[in-house]
Amino acid sequence: MKTDVDLSRRAFLRNAALTGGGLVIGFHIPWPGLAAEPAGSLQPNAWLRVDHQGLVTVWISRAELGQGVRTALPMLVAEELEADWTKVRFEPAIPAPIYGDMATGGSRSIRMMWEPLRKAGATAREMLLTAAAKTWGVDRGACRAETGAVLHPPTGRRLPYGDLVDRAAALPVPENPPLKDPKDFKILGKRIPRLDGPEKVDGSALFGIDVRVPGLLVACVARCPVFGGKVASFDDAAARAVKGVRRVLQISGGVAVVADGFPAARAGADALRIIWDEGPLAGLDSAAIRAKFVELAETRGAVGEYKGTGAEALAASTRTIEAVYEVPYLAHATLEPMNCTADVRKDRCEIWVPSQAADAVQETGVALTGLPPEKVIVHNVYSGGGFGRRHEQDFVTDAVEISKQIGAPVKVIWSRQEDLQHDWYRPATYNVLRAGLDASGRLVAWTHKVVGPSIVGRWGEEALRQGIDGTSLEGAWHLPYAIPNVQVEWVRHEPGIPLGWWRSVGASQNAFISESFLDEVAAASGRDPFELRRELLKDSRRHRAVTELAASRAGWGTPLPAGRGRGIAMHECFGSFVAMVAEVTVSASGAVKVDRVVCAVDSGMIVNPDLIEAQMEGGIIFGLSAALMEEITIAKGRVREGDYAEFPMLTLREAPVIEVHLGPSGEAPGGIGEPGVPPVAPAVANAVFAATGKRIRKLPIRTV
Amino acid sequence: MAMITLNINGRDHALDVDPDVPLLWVLREQLQLTGTKFGCGTGLCGACTVHLDGEAVRSCSIPVSQAAGTRVVTIEGLSPDRSHPLQQAWLAEQVSQCGYCQPGQIMAAAALLSRIPTPTDAQIDEAMSDNLCRCGTHARIRRAIHRAARGGPR
Repeated sequence: MKTDVDLSRRAFLRNAALTGGGLVIGFHIPWPGLAAEPAGSLQPNAWLRVDHQGLVTVWISRAELGQGVRTALPMLVAEELEADWTKVRFEPAIPAPIYGDMATGGSRSIRMMWEPLRKAGATAREMLLTAAAKTWGVDRGACRAETGAVLHPPTGRRLPYGDLVDRAAALPVPENPPLKDPKDFKILGKRIPRLDGPEKVDGSALFGIDVRVPGLLVACVARCPVFGGKVASFDDAAARAVKGVRRVLQISGGVAVVADGFPAARAGADALRIIWDEGPLAGLDSAAIRAKFVELAETRGAVGEYKGTGAEALAASTRTIEAVYEVPYLAHATLEPMNCTADVRKDRCEIWVPSQAADAVQETGVALTGLPPEKVIVHNVYSGGGFGRRHEQDFVTDAVEISKQIGAPVKVIWSRQEDLQHDWYRPATYNVLRAGLDASGRLVAWTHKVVGPSIVGRWGEEALRQGIDGTSLEGAWHLPYAIPNVQVEWVRHEPGIPLGWWRSVGASQNAFISESFLDEVAAASGRDPFELRRELLKDSRRHRAVTELAASRAGWGTPLPAGRGRGIAMHECFGSFVAMVAEVTVSASGAVKVDRVVCAVDSGMIVNPDLIEAQMEGGIIFGLSAALMEEITIAKGRVREGDYAEFPMLTLREAPVIEVHLGPSGEAPGGIGEPGVPPVAPAVANAVFAATGKRIRKLPIRTV
Repeated sequence: MAMITLNINGRDHALDVDPDVPLLWVLREQLQLTGTKFGCGTGLCGACTVHLDGEAVRSCSIPVSQAAGTRVVTIEGLSPDRSHPLQQAWLAEQVSQCGYCQPGQIMAAAALLSRIPTPTDAQIDEAMSDNLCRCGTHARIRRAIHRAARGGPR
């Protein structure tokens, strides 16, 4: 690592208006799409500061969505720095080109940053050690850093970091500071409480919707209910008559009503009389989308994976089984509705927004105002959930367009109905699977044809690789199971429903399909589903280990009462390996109650076990809501579901007992935000089969 | 518009407001008590839960006029220093993820504990199942309520 304190301090001052001094370390975190640092020069895109009071501040370029990055990332620094954890703080970074892509998704934060952050902490520690040794005139090797201070055991002297920062800041920066041996970790691997915990229990945490600036107005937008529709004309007399309404204006998203506060803005938007040009999708419905999927399933798709003799091996099999699996469109339904606050002036644009992509927000601001990037200042505040929804720019566009037109700061707040009916949805797909067994019942062929739309297709054909959107096949292709002949195809069909990233993306649906169909193979060949997996995973060490751990902790094979069943599933994604065993009770009327979910996870080296457990618990609940009750349906080109009664989520009453078992492997850390979602739907569906003999091939399950 | 006096977190506030406006927006926009959240506006998610005379209510669905003459308590007034047993239990169990629903969850739980000091799982289900959490903190909410119930006076 190349580090230059003066340069980094200047860069820091430029970007974060730092005052107060101290020891500032700027360092570079490589990121996909970001050019490498030119040789011999430093382009810092991350900073840490130790100030005169010994406070350690880490600037975090990733968004806190609930997953815990604002705790886990500082822990990496603090461990190597030998910091006093009670004096560690985080600050959100303000977007600038140096960060490159600031998108918080793909469960990447820890995976990409764990090493650079540790090195940064080690760099500062080494400089503080040298500063103390010089101050005392002692051998540096006799000094030790501990809990925010340097000690000199032979003489019992101690200097807190705050007293050393000026001297340290003047020292040359070490090139390759040694990293600690994991056996000496005091912070990493420990259950460190979240830094954002306290402000989230007393109402003081500032979410996007809570932002206040002087002179702030509030806007609500009426949008065409049909995807792709436009405003033909509108009558705003009734809207303007609402007390508190200031302005009514057309924007790209629809018609905006600006008022003194939300109630008036909402009432105004509801009072608008708008004639829509509903566009070409006005006749679209879910049945038509499905009919097209069924038709296209007969056609040949783009081949994403071909192993052995592919589908030809089916013909050579003694026995084949076939099944069709279907999954619906899904909304994100974050608890905090979409919102954004913008203040567009002639020479400056300021945006406050809960976003998973602060750099994209800046680009949106630049595009809509024509201002240079350094004049578009983005404040990324707490998000009330993200799950992929807050990568999008629609709510940002609303706020910037309105503020630009009215010349005043404005906060746009979406209604829950808008949130559900104008989302960027998890795709619906239709899937045909076939498996071939040989004379001894061995699985020798596997084919899977996915028919559905493409998420990345939004960005043009060039976003596809060899005609394939890999996200559509995540969890369907390159399975870890030892199957000699495999063919995975993708047939694209674009009904026109907007699509986006939804927690765990393709794996959220394909793991359900692959792991359920594998259970069908087990049933067809008279094998125990766990034993079959274990055999097929004999060369996949980490996959097999979590599967065995989940099975043993769940008591796999022990008897259950009538009406109850146990199902198993395993999936690897985003660098982590997760297996689950679900136990369900199916009532006489066919109601499914999930009683218990046992989860085993190997996410490599553990940064904070409590955060991993929390993400697994949350992923399981999120996945169960989708598996059991959630579905977005289309009628007349619009989404039918408009509130939480129609798009429900799992409540406390329905929540199972969840047990999370960590099976760390010592490998580099994997992601944790998403991998908890995919295995739960198939584990439940397989448990329903075990309880009833009924195979679930379509989500949501609702009743069986 | 009408003059309405609200007693919020122990203090009287004289406000000139539309009496039909939901209490939620008076709290958030007039009084800057933004700990009470907007989630759905139709009483289906519980993010806006506050206490009216000790009872948990959905402030998004109550006209402000209905709150006049009652004692309103919001998350900001539950304790001056996060010392309420539920706030302490929430921290001990590390309940919050995104944190958006948690003020409403804590207020619903506080009303439960003042009615039933040591609730059973079934009583917790009954009181808390209308408060939604998209992050899936369900099990920790349950544990935190049990912890607070064990932890002494409220």
